[in-house]
Amino acid sequence: MAITPNPYKTTGFLGWIDDRFPLTKLWKDHLSEYYAPKNFNFWYYFGSLALLVLVNQLLTGIWLVMHYKPDAAQAWDSVEYIMRDVPWGDTLRYLHSTGASAFFIVVYLHMYRGILYGSHRKPRELIWLFGCLIFLMLMAEAFCGYVLPWGNMSYWGAQVIINLFGTIPFVGPDLVVWIQGDYVPSDATLNRLFSLHVIALPFVLVGLVVAHLIALHEVGSNNPDGVEIKKHKDPNTGIPLDGIPFHPYYTVKDIVGVSVFLIIFLGIVFLAPDGGGYFLEKPNFTPANPMSTPPHITPAWYFGAFYAMLRATPSFAGTQIWGVIVMGAAVVILFFMPWLDRSPVKSIRYKGPIFKIALAIFTVSFVLLNYYGMQPPSPFGTLVSRFGTVLYFLFFLLMPFYTKMEKTKPVPERVTHEAH
Amino acid sequence: MSNQGVDPGRRRFLTLTTAVVGGAGIVAATVPFLASWKPSERAKALGAPVEVDISKMEAGQRLVVAWRGKPTWVLKRTPEMLASLKKVDNDLLDPECKADQQPDYIKGEARAIKPEILVLIGVCTHLGCSPGFRPDHPAPDIDPNWQGGFYCPCHGSKFDLSGRVYKGVPAPLNLVVPPYHFDGDMKVVIGEDPKGAA
Repeated sequence: MAITPNPYKTTGFLGWIDDRFPLTKLWKDHLSEYYAPKNFNFWYYFGSLALLVLVNQLLTGIWLVMHYKPDAAQAWDSVEYIMRDVPWGDTLRYLHSTGASAFFIVVYLHMYRGILYGSHRKPRELIWLFGCLIFLMLMAEAFCGYVLPWGNMSYWGAQVIINLFGTIPFVGPDLVVWIQGDYVPSDATLNRLFSLHVIALPFVLVGLVVAHLIALHEVGSNNPDGVEIKKHKDPNTGIPLDGIPFHPYYTVKDIVGVSVFLIIFLGIVFLAPDGGGYFLEKPNFTPANPMSTPPHITPAWYFGAFYAMLRATPSFAGTQIWGVIVMGAAVVILFFMPWLDRSPVKSIRYKGPIFKIALAIFTVSFVLLNYYGMQPPSPFGTLVSRFGTVLYFLFFLLMPFYTKMEKTKPVPERVTHEAH
Repeated sequence: MSNQGVDPGRRRFLTLTTAVVGGAGIVAATVPFLASWKPSERAKALGAPVEVDISKMEAGQRLVVAWRGKPTWVLKRTPEMLASLKKVDNDLLDPECKADQQPDYIKGEARAIKPEILVLIGVCTHLGCSPGFRPDHPAPDIDPNWQGGFYCPCHGSKFDLSGRVYKGVPAPLNLVVPPYHFDGDMKVVIGEDPKGAA
């Protein structure tokens, strides 16, 4: 039976493949003929960097599992074995643990870029939603991974996070026992978090990343001007006039970003892998002790803001679920961004002063929340956290009003760009 | 097989019944996956009572023992400690211990069968950290009217020397008093009610 020849007219080995699998098509659709706006700036590094860190986490993770023992009696020792006895084991582990922090740094900046230039706006709502799901899964993945060394901070961190579910009325306490598989965090808990960390969540994460990219390549990338490059196409070729092929233009640009990132990242991995106690916390250098909570328990830095919100919310009507609801809502509200923003323009470049002030207040609140989430509880810290929590939510809840009422600047037809 | 035309009613019926049977199968198939997360038989068997020897305890001393894997405290209170309980009543959320955080046979602010021996599960009612023992007072870093008690390092919840929670902290309830009884004068059995009480 004859095969329908592929439309790319490729011959030889590649032709043989293309007749059976859309290899050239995939290459063209997603790289050599994916047209991205020519005015990408510094902020556009963080998407590809997030992909790089994901690959780092997958690769080092697979290698760590080769030496790690998911067993409450052996986990701690096996991590020390990786650190001391396994050839290059400490490097593999530090790449993984520093990679977790790097993941959150680049993802936070990547999300911030979206807010700056309106990348969540129509027609990119689904890209944003997939991104929010990735963020949520990343938080779950980071939590599970944090428990695995079974240090004292791992243990009590697991205790606190799993007990968040215990605040749900009626089913809470039973739900906690079900999640733990025991009456306290134990071997059963460690084992199932290991399973989630190395199998279930990475599958979901990679799937969501693929969906994120498919959605992106379907509608095309946004840019710092927030104008649609597809509105002005070359009448002959149908290629956007302000678009340049992702490969080689942005692959080369991203290599520069990757180089700078790796200098900083590997500098930390080799010279300060505990990140001053923020990337690897000191109490986690002692084994889990179910009888004694570390005197100053904090989550990993990337959960600081959410933790501060949890801590700042007092119990009310005999339950502490309010703090959990506030913390959860802080993440869930991100999903509504595409519909909360009513501004006629996408990019901050053409928005008025009210949005800029609101964003500045939001940024300061988030940083302060993160800081006080890492500090021991104090009356002043609680006060700042309460203000910060309110301001964090006001940024979103008032967004439909302040974005709609404010006068915006005229948006150019084409992207603003000076050729190099 | 007949060559007659399609019967839409028959097709709809078959689609519907297939979907219902398949759906029921999927629901049934989730049971083993979800149920396998419940505590195993081995985990359930590890909940036996613990005996604690209190004969060598000094006044003001606290022991930490594990009962059902949870830190469980035995505190031998001094007369001064017991006297302090009244002084903080106004700072507490539930000074009369109305919430169901102790067995029925334990009443009053001392929250104990014998006032000087306090038995508590050392797990914060907020999110399950184990509060630290802070008998020292005054301790302005904790509370201006601190008379000694337990302070949770995780989220700053405060409890008095009976495990009663302070107002305005994240923890909503007093610490739990587990079921226990005395075996003679020198032994506490944690995890078992006194005879005839339960």
